[in-house]
Amino acid sequence: MSNGRHIGDVILDLQNISLRFGGVKALTDISFNVREHEIRAIIGPNGAGKSSMLNVINGVYHPQEGTIVFHGRKRHDMNTHEAALQGIGRTFQNIALFKGMSVLDNLMTGRNLKIKSNFLQQAFYWGPTRREELEQRSKVEGIIDFLEIEHIRKTPVGRLPYGLQKRVELGRALAMEPTLLLLDEPMAGMNVEEKQDMCRFILDVNDQFGTTIVLIEHDMGVVMDISDRVVVLDYGKKIADGTPDEVRGNQEVIDAYLGVAH
Amino acid sequence: MLYREAGQFKASYREDQQIFPIRQDKIAIALILAFFYLVVPVIGDQYWLKAILVPVLIFSLAALGLNILTGYAGQLSLGTAAFMAAGAFGAFNFMLRMPDFPVFSEVKILFAFIFGGLMAALVGIVFGLPSLRIKGFYLAVATLAAQFFVVWALTKFSWFSNYSSSGVISAQDVVLFGVPIDTPESRYLFVLVIVTVLALLAKNMVRSATGRAWMAVRDMDVAAEVIGIRLLHTKLLAFAVSSFYCGVAGALYAFCYLGTVEPEGFNLDMSFRILFMIIIGGVGSVLGSFLGAAFIVLLPIFLNVFFHAVFAGAVPAGLGSNLELMIFGGLIIFFLIVEPHGLARLWQIGKEKLRLWPFPH
Amino acid sequence: MQFFFEVLIGGLLSGVMYSLVALGFVLIYKASGVFNFAQGAMVFFAALTFVGLMQDYNLPFWLAMLVALGAMVMLGILTERIVLRPLVNQPPITLFMATIGLTFFIEGMAQGFWGANVRGLDLGIEDVPIEWLAERYGIFTSKFDIFSAAIAGILVAVLAIFFQRTKVGRALRAVADDHQAALAVGIPLQQIWRIVWGVAGFVALVAGMLWGARNGVQFALTFVALKALPVLILGGFESIPGAIVGGLIIGASEKLAEVYIGPFVGGGIESWFPYVLALLFLLVRPEGLFGEKHIDRV
Repeated sequence: MSNGRHIGDVILDLQNISLRFGGVKALTDISFNVREHEIRAIIGPNGAGKSSMLNVINGVYHPQEGTIVFHGRKRHDMNTHEAALQGIGRTFQNIALFKGMSVLDNLMTGRNLKIKSNFLQQAFYWGPTRREELEQRSKVEGIIDFLEIEHIRKTPVGRLPYGLQKRVELGRALAMEPTLLLLDEPMAGMNVEEKQDMCRFILDVNDQFGTTIVLIEHDMGVVMDISDRVVVLDYGKKIADGTPDEVRGNQEVIDAYLGVAH
Repeated sequence: MLYREAGQFKASYREDQQIFPIRQDKIAIALILAFFYLVVPVIGDQYWLKAILVPVLIFSLAALGLNILTGYAGQLSLGTAAFMAAGAFGAFNFMLRMPDFPVFSEVKILFAFIFGGLMAALVGIVFGLPSLRIKGFYLAVATLAAQFFVVWALTKFSWFSNYSSSGVISAQDVVLFGVPIDTPESRYLFVLVIVTVLALLAKNMVRSATGRAWMAVRDMDVAAEVIGIRLLHTKLLAFAVSSFYCGVAGALYAFCYLGTVEPEGFNLDMSFRILFMIIIGGVGSVLGSFLGAAFIVLLPIFLNVFFHAVFAGAVPAGLGSNLELMIFGGLIIFFLIVEPHGLARLWQIGKEKLRLWPFPH
Repeated sequence: MQFFFEVLIGGLLSGVMYSLVALGFVLIYKASGVFNFAQGAMVFFAALTFVGLMQDYNLPFWLAMLVALGAMVMLGILTERIVLRPLVNQPPITLFMATIGLTFFIEGMAQGFWGANVRGLDLGIEDVPIEWLAERYGIFTSKFDIFSAAIAGILVAVLAIFFQRTKVGRALRAVADDHQAALAVGIPLQQIWRIVWGVAGFVALVAGMLWGARNGVQFALTFVALKALPVLILGGFESIPGAIVGGLIIGASEKLAEVYIGPFVGGGIESWFPYVLALLFLLVRPEGLFGEKHIDRV
């Protein structure tokens, strides 16, 4: 889909990533890159290592081999705190919201890194704390408007239906003002309308904020529609990489999805 | 109809972010504070002030401390009494070893309490360190280590108790601005002020970034990490703040309630009782800490009166205390099954009912 | 050196007893995911019931044991029905706190019914050193300790066979692995839980009798459970071999520490040393002795 965005240079370059859990190889020698402002999809059958890939990018898992170059800095692996500081936001396959907190508090938590006052100042709710809380609140309200969830801002997230929870989780990631957003199956388990809404939000985020997006998705229609480039994983190995059209025609990809005798 | 927030529009985020945004809550809090500050000292008799209200307040503070750690940050602790002991002995040693405290000598006692709190916080941080690697039951058992170690250390190293036998200490007199705080009324007010201030600070912490980080770690630690919350830092802060509260509570327990304490007094049983307070009062609720403490302190007194009425004054020896144990245990199970969010949740349901009252819908 | 071995053997033998109590925890944890803090109270209740039946009602040994066992099974069934079933699907921590409540309840019930006096218990085994060991090697080891270690060992072996070789055992392992899946293939979950609580009650009875014969049947028996907790940390909550080896390590190291480190710090370090040891071990190996490394899927 072309909407006149300027796709920039490579900001994330993964080189020869291999990840093992004990004897199980989750990822084997995977290399691919992500360009600024693009929407990059990772697809593949269940168990192909897609989520592991995202976990490597934002430092939840630490690969045994390979290098990660993000914004020109070369690392062997990421750590989560560093990734958050560098502006990598993330949603999860199984919703990972803070269930006991309201929508508003979930989003406010997404802005915790921006808060500079310490716990003592917060205990006394002195000047800087109150000012900061109000600043963050108005930023968060901007996201609430953007995602059209004003009516549920004070509802505990545990009580929300699944589709809305997914939206709140996107909101929490957006509250970090990420430059790179990792979305793990943002549309899984949604009905058609909810999917359309979610697609719209993803495209808007990409378009309005210029956020680079890496997403995992099973709905091929959606993937082919919204992504600029697609990387295909199967059994922890990369089998194809290219534009949606290139990938669609790739024989290995067709085999992986339809299944052939190995 | 009495409790309606309809028509109270918030024109700014500032108004919406107040500590008590709803007008009725503000009035209720003002009335409650006025009652406890102005009415109780006048009408309360000596027994009530000394033997009931002061311990209720002190245990409320300890329960609040545990609630910060367990209710907000999600780290179960079974060593609350040990942190209280650290606070009590810390304050005692501060008073003992700083005879000519150079600055602020008028309020030396307050510094002693803060010092006690800080010592408890230090112990809390040390025993909170394993929380990075272990969680849940494992951590709960680790806090038991704190419980046994602290009591052992305070008993064995008699330096802590100024070389008294079996670690017994007698708290020094409480004097503020040259005025001795020794009557039941003044002690009650003194404890009340400290507890109110600390409760307010706790409420502020849990409604700002610190509290959100705690709750985030409690609800979903991986997601919290990905947002950029540092787990160890957040957990240790919870341990430190929680233990500080417990430490101050322990100091008040020694200085304003019992006067004479020994390390064995801060045993596992006491830790459990404080845990029961937050279960019954409400896990993750500042208000619940107070309700739970009141409930657990008042229950044995109530039961005692009840038994005397039933057995006409001749309670069989031992039966009372054993029935008390059974009722305690039974109540815990009952609350966990029926209302896991405790009395605080019942309070909330009551408010929601009031909102509609007297109409059914 | 003789002294060292004497302490070591004494420690290992008391370690077997810790293993026995820890085993009760592990059984229930494996089957129902509940960390049953009341295990210590159950030990106390079982021993007190047994002794009470013999002393107050003049029941013969085996009958008293049978009735006490019946009481433990009843207790297990009632716990399952009244406490666990309504709390199913609650967070594990909630269940844990419920068992702390249960602890208070059982302690109150036991003392309320049988009284709070210390009662002696004689199993007919003398607590005297074994002569040939003392003569030949100069090592003083109590006959009673050997006897109780042997009983504990046999019990552990029987349980291991029971859970490896029988249908119930297979069902139990299935339940331990995945409740939902076990239910789906038609394993009667609640029945399994009742059996496990019954077995845990039996283990508690044996532990209570052995400990009670040694130190008298008294409230202090409940503290035995506190000794078993570091064993669990060390061995892992889900591992039967872990409970056994963990118990031996804790027993031996605690006695050695008391003898060789204790004098330098004023003694009495048995109360906390096992905990600190277990914690230090955890910092190195969070999954415990035999636990599997757990990978969080996100």
